[in-house]
Amino acid sequence: MPVKVTADLELCQGHQMCQFEAPEVFGLNDAEDKVVLLDETPPEDLRPQVLQAIKYCPAMALSLED
Amino acid sequence: MSVSTGSTSGDATVGITAIPEVSRRFPESEHGHLEDLRDDPIDLLHRVRDECGDIGRFRLADRDVVLVTGAEANEAFFRAPDEILDQAAAYPFMTPIFGKGVVFDTTPEQRQEALKNQALKGEMMRGHAATIENEINQMVAGWGEEGEIDLLAFFAELTIYTTSACLIGMPFRSELDGRFAEYYHELERGTDALAYVDPYMEGVESFEIRDAARLKLVDLVQAIIDKRHVRGKVAREDRDLLDILISLKNEDGTDHFTADQITGMFISMMFAGHHTSSGTAAWTLIELLRNPSVMAGIVAELDDLYADGSEVSFQALRSIPNLEATLKETLRLHPPLILLLRVAQEEFEIGGHVLPAGTMVGSSPRVSNRIAEDFPDPDAFDPGRYLDPNQADLQNRWTWIPFGAGKHRCVGNAFAMMQLKAIFSVLLRDYTFEMTQPSESYADDTSKMVIQLASPAKVRYRKRRPDVEPVETR
Repeated sequence: MPVKVTADLELCQGHQMCQFEAPEVFGLNDAEDKVVLLDETPPEDLRPQVLQAIKYCPAMALSLED
Repeated sequence: MSVSTGSTSGDATVGITAIPEVSRRFPESEHGHLEDLRDDPIDLLHRVRDECGDIGRFRLADRDVVLVTGAEANEAFFRAPDEILDQAAAYPFMTPIFGKGVVFDTTPEQRQEALKNQALKGEMMRGHAATIENEINQMVAGWGEEGEIDLLAFFAELTIYTTSACLIGMPFRSELDGRFAEYYHELERGTDALAYVDPYMEGVESFEIRDAARLKLVDLVQAIIDKRHVRGKVAREDRDLLDILISLKNEDGTDHFTADQITGMFISMMFAGHHTSSGTAAWTLIELLRNPSVMAGIVAELDDLYADGSEVSFQALRSIPNLEATLKETLRLHPPLILLLRVAQEEFEIGGHVLPAGTMVGSSPRVSNRIAEDFPDPDAFDPGRYLDPNQADLQNRWTWIPFGAGKHRCVGNAFAMMQLKAIFSVLLRDYTFEMTQPSESYADDTSKMVIQLASPAKVRYRKRRPDVEPVETR
């Protein structure tokens, strides 16, 4: 079952931790200094990295929607 | 989300008196619940929820404070923009500490910019981790085989060194000694809630000590500045924030910032990360000593992690699941800030009530973190709550709030977690600890708005013996 990643841009503080965990899924909007989702429904094999990114987001801005 | 903000919906109750007011333990006080807040703030805050529910009210001097708890109301509180719920006016006890003209809190845009430029960004963490490891090693360098430490004094001094080194720079940090930590502590002790009546009230001893301590800090900083002037310019890569600030001149050639202003800036930069990290480190050790099986699990986790001789500065940036869970559970039970406050800049609707402009609105990490519906057996220390797949923090984003939540969620939280991981990596790798006083005697002194460990809070340490290798007798 594909999972959807969501980012709450109101909460994102631009720490860029997610890019470190899963660079295939998370990028940076430089002008806004906010996360950009590069892949909203990442493949299953990236799931561990995506979960790490969600867990370590300092702004608690990321989540998974099943 | 059914709690709306900003505009008024049809069925909301207008007026503050419809919100139930919590009982008073000091009915004679002329300042409402001020004495309740000064005497036992934790009791007051819990009582608001117990008696009034998700939205309750108490009186602080001549103002109403509407206290919200629970996920729905907390989310409305934490998502409200600064133009509606403002922080700056909510903490009058900070003004004399930072000094006049040093802004309490910058705008979200400025904070964003500050984050973009420096100190707390993910990519800076590697350097900070190495700095912190070095500071801890220095603090324990003179420990010897065994001895006793006071947790408040030890961690307060350590975190003065780590925050100054990471946020201001190593050259500044290397000029500091225990006096800076001592005076800084006196500033923190000057946060009596009497400041809600008047932060400069005459005859309040803790305010007098606070003001004297600030002057002593300015003297220390002035002496460092004088040394810099004698020393002259240094290469760009050896400069710290102080060098940059003292190099700024007005058009007429005079200094742009006085020592007083620079000290105020440094005090404010260090404030958010100091007593918070210091207190959390102390409570983590206390909880580990109260829960020996958790301690054993973490020591094993760290021994395993460092068995290959890897660096603390490397591992502290990486996942250490059991230690992280223990830190989170310590933060849930002992949040360094128990009450987060804002002032409504215009009419604000929350939980079916319309609050007039000027109302103070608060959310309590201490109360929300212990809501039984979200955290079963809420007073129990159970790091297992956070281990996959439980993740009690992520599951309760609006009630697991030791770092606050929403747009003002502590920007230093990743730094703080890394620092705590580094501290315990060193301490538990090299030492064992034991209590030297009854377990229940370790407690917080909640008489000031900045909560600190009550004295005494001592523990004994003993250097660990490396496991003796089996001796071959052939």
